[in-house]
Amino acid sequence: MRVVGPVVFLAGLVVIAAVTVVYSRELWQNTFTDDAVLRTCAAFALFIAVGEIMRLTLPGGRESAPLASAGALAFALLPLWIGIDGAKGVPTPLVITVVTVGSLLGAFPRAVARRAIHVDELARRILVTALASWLMHQVLVWAVPESTTTLEEQASKVAILAALVAAIASVADALLAAAIRSGNERVPFRTAVVDEARALIGIASAIAATGVLIALSYPRMKLWALPIFAIPLLLTQFSFRRYATIQATYLQTIRSLSKVTEVGGYTETGHSRRVADLAVTVGRELGLSQRDLDDLEYAALMHDIGQLSLSEPIPGGATTLVSQLDQRQIAEYGAEVIAQAGVLDKVADIVERQSDPYRPRRGSVDPDLPLESRIIKVCNAYDDLAGTSLESDRQLQALERLALGTDREYDPAVVDMLAAIVMRDAVSV
Amino acid sequence: MRELPFGARLYVAAVVLAGSVLVAVDAYLLTQPERRSQWLTVLGLSFLVLVANLLLTPLRRAVVDAPVVSISIDVPVGIASVLLLGPIGAPLVMGASALMPSTTKLPLFKKLFNAAMLALATWVAAWTYAGLGGATISYGETFDARAVVFPILVAALVMEAVNAILMVTVIALTEHVSPLRVWFGTMAESALPLFIYSIFGLLIAVVWSFAGPISAVLVLAPLMVARWVFAQFAARQAAYEATMRSLIKAVETKDLYTRGHSERVSRASVLIGRASGMREDRVTTLRYAGTLHDVGKLGVPTRVLQKAGKLTDEEYQAIQQHPTRGREITRELEFLGEAIEGIHYHHERIDGRGYPMGLKGEEIPEFARIIAVADAFDSMTTTRSYRGARSIEDAVLELRRCKGSQFDPVMVEALIEAIEAHGWDVTDTLPEIIPAPISEALPTFGSDDDDPTARDSLAELVAKSRDDGKPWAGE
Repeated sequence: MRVVGPVVFLAGLVVIAAVTVVYSRELWQNTFTDDAVLRTCAAFALFIAVGEIMRLTLPGGRESAPLASAGALAFALLPLWIGIDGAKGVPTPLVITVVTVGSLLGAFPRAVARRAIHVDELARRILVTALASWLMHQVLVWAVPESTTTLEEQASKVAILAALVAAIASVADALLAAAIRSGNERVPFRTAVVDEARALIGIASAIAATGVLIALSYPRMKLWALPIFAIPLLLTQFSFRRYATIQATYLQTIRSLSKVTEVGGYTETGHSRRVADLAVTVGRELGLSQRDLDDLEYAALMHDIGQLSLSEPIPGGATTLVSQLDQRQIAEYGAEVIAQAGVLDKVADIVERQSDPYRPRRGSVDPDLPLESRIIKVCNAYDDLAGTSLESDRQLQALERLALGTDREYDPAVVDMLAAIVMRDAVSV
Repeated sequence: MRELPFGARLYVAAVVLAGSVLVAVDAYLLTQPERRSQWLTVLGLSFLVLVANLLLTPLRRAVVDAPVVSISIDVPVGIASVLLLGPIGAPLVMGASALMPSTTKLPLFKKLFNAAMLALATWVAAWTYAGLGGATISYGETFDARAVVFPILVAALVMEAVNAILMVTVIALTEHVSPLRVWFGTMAESALPLFIYSIFGLLIAVVWSFAGPISAVLVLAPLMVARWVFAQFAARQAAYEATMRSLIKAVETKDLYTRGHSERVSRASVLIGRASGMREDRVTTLRYAGTLHDVGKLGVPTRVLQKAGKLTDEEYQAIQQHPTRGREITRELEFLGEAIEGIHYHHERIDGRGYPMGLKGEEIPEFARIIAVADAFDSMTTTRSYRGARSIEDAVLELRRCKGSQFDPVMVEALIEAIEAHGWDVTDTLPEIIPAPISEALPTFGSDDDDPTARDSLAELVAKSRDDGKPWAGE
């Protein structure tokens, strides 16, 4: 089920409602006749726009615009609002309007440069900011007595409450992101939540802290708060960028070096890459987390590295067709090579057990056999049997042979999932 | 501590004693009734440092390996405690934070020394701040931010200077080098960044004055996240290099006689690169190029690589394809940049008789010229199937003999110069299973085309096959 449509639709409705309210009520007059208020709105919109331009790709490929998100959050949390009849906090419609204007302003140069625009992320930001703003109002009404004219004396309390609201907003954001991804990529929702939590916990806490800081310091430091507290966040962003780069390089290197068996004539061209792609698709739909998927991908790419120990290549490189003993030796040698790196123990373990049968003795399942190894065994066999063939006959034959092997060699659940994926792709082709 | 010279031991003991007295007096003064409330600040700040350190614990190994832990939490906390607590309290925070469990496993005396050093430096900084008219900041009291900035920046400088002096002295006493050299060698680089980090300490204190203690958490959170990510980056980088090395070893298992060859060629190439004044980022790329230069040998049948006797023409041609195959494998690795050319052309000769393209002189990329020399040098100084290892002196003579025809003279001299300066460790990692070398029984060039004595005859073969119009390389 695709979630992104409804989310974007909902965000659109919220924006339209907000803009209508801002335009139609006295809010408009109050906002744009008071210079200080106008300046504040413009400054935050600009800050969000700049943040939107300085986007960041997180390790693992997620996109994020930390400065923009922090700016939006800060605007929603601003505890003091000089202007309308002693109202506490910025009116939610105004928050939504400013955040939308800023985000669109920042997206515009990207659109001109024909870079991708992330509508779903924009929708997420609008909804989460709306939530934060609404919560902040509830909190202020509940926690601050009517009689207070300035929030100064309550500042410490407000600070803690604002941090709490920011935390809730971050959690809501992660849940929304998980729902969107689970719908888009056929990932089970629970796995998606774990993945998003892992991927976002670092950057989200930096964003939340910065948002709260800007909001709290704004009454004292005015517009200075924006650039000053952007500095620590920029530092965070910089280190994320470096980390993402090395992560990408790592995968790229393993992909390239996995080709060594192909260049050496041990395996067919593209074999390890095809097995890896297939294995990751199967693993994702079977509910493996992103971290496990990474290990699965590395293992699948390097699963044939053990063949380098053979002095003569196996015809066609098809390990499925050689004896069980040879298969095991290749797997063990490969695992040994990978384990030498000292940092890929999990991957080495997966590779070592890739040739083990699902049921070593009649009827009994090996409980320690990693799911990743079972997936690689099935995908490797499928690629050996079907190759690059798109003929449905050959694909069906391959699947049939795998199905016959489920009484001993292959995990039936993995074979079923593979069959479902192959059939689906065949239909879509 | 036993391994330290007497002078250094005395010095360390003196600093630790001074620090302990200071911290003890500090703690006592804080027990006075009117100062009791400051304990909360002391505990809060120390607790934050503890959390920051614990965050990195799972990444311990990588952090220790990383050359510089580039983001400081200590400095902001130190400056914040000077502003919030003054001379009574600030040294306690810093002393305690240095003694807390952290990612780096230091011996106890080093930990004690660090704690004493930080406590003393903070104490001097706090008096400097007070002396320049700076007032302590506390929650709910307004203050003039402009009156604070100048004194605290001076105090930050003083703190850094005292730290540096105490630290440099102990290193100078231990290693018997001049203090200035120590400072330029180890601390000069981080002086400015550390000073800039002290501004975060000022931010903590400013926000503290109106929002209370939560400000420390809020200001430090992005820094902690940044440090955590940096540590992960270091871990990934270490993982990355380790993975590449082990894959290279897998390649070498195909050719038993060249174990460790890639690693040593990489080392020799780096020596040449540094000796010829290459920029450090290029040296890194060169190191990769050296490691990967023979990766294309995977494309050569093992039977041919391990053959002990004379090779047929076809078998030579198979071997000659390895630079081209190497390029095929590495082509998509963007970060290798120049290294790919180095791999592709490392068997070219200055006189144009090499392969695969027959490039001449300056046409050959610099990396390839460097690797060619390193490759030949290592091949000569290690054991091969058809002969034993030669001495370094012999290898140097041979390189000199072939410079101008086979090798770039500049690179040959650079290698010789570097070996004279740094020495060369011939770790012949030949496994015992290999039979003793048979020196005279086999033809002079065996199956090895890295060896220049072999390569003259090989070059002739290449020239011949080219004249015959035979295809002799992969293209």
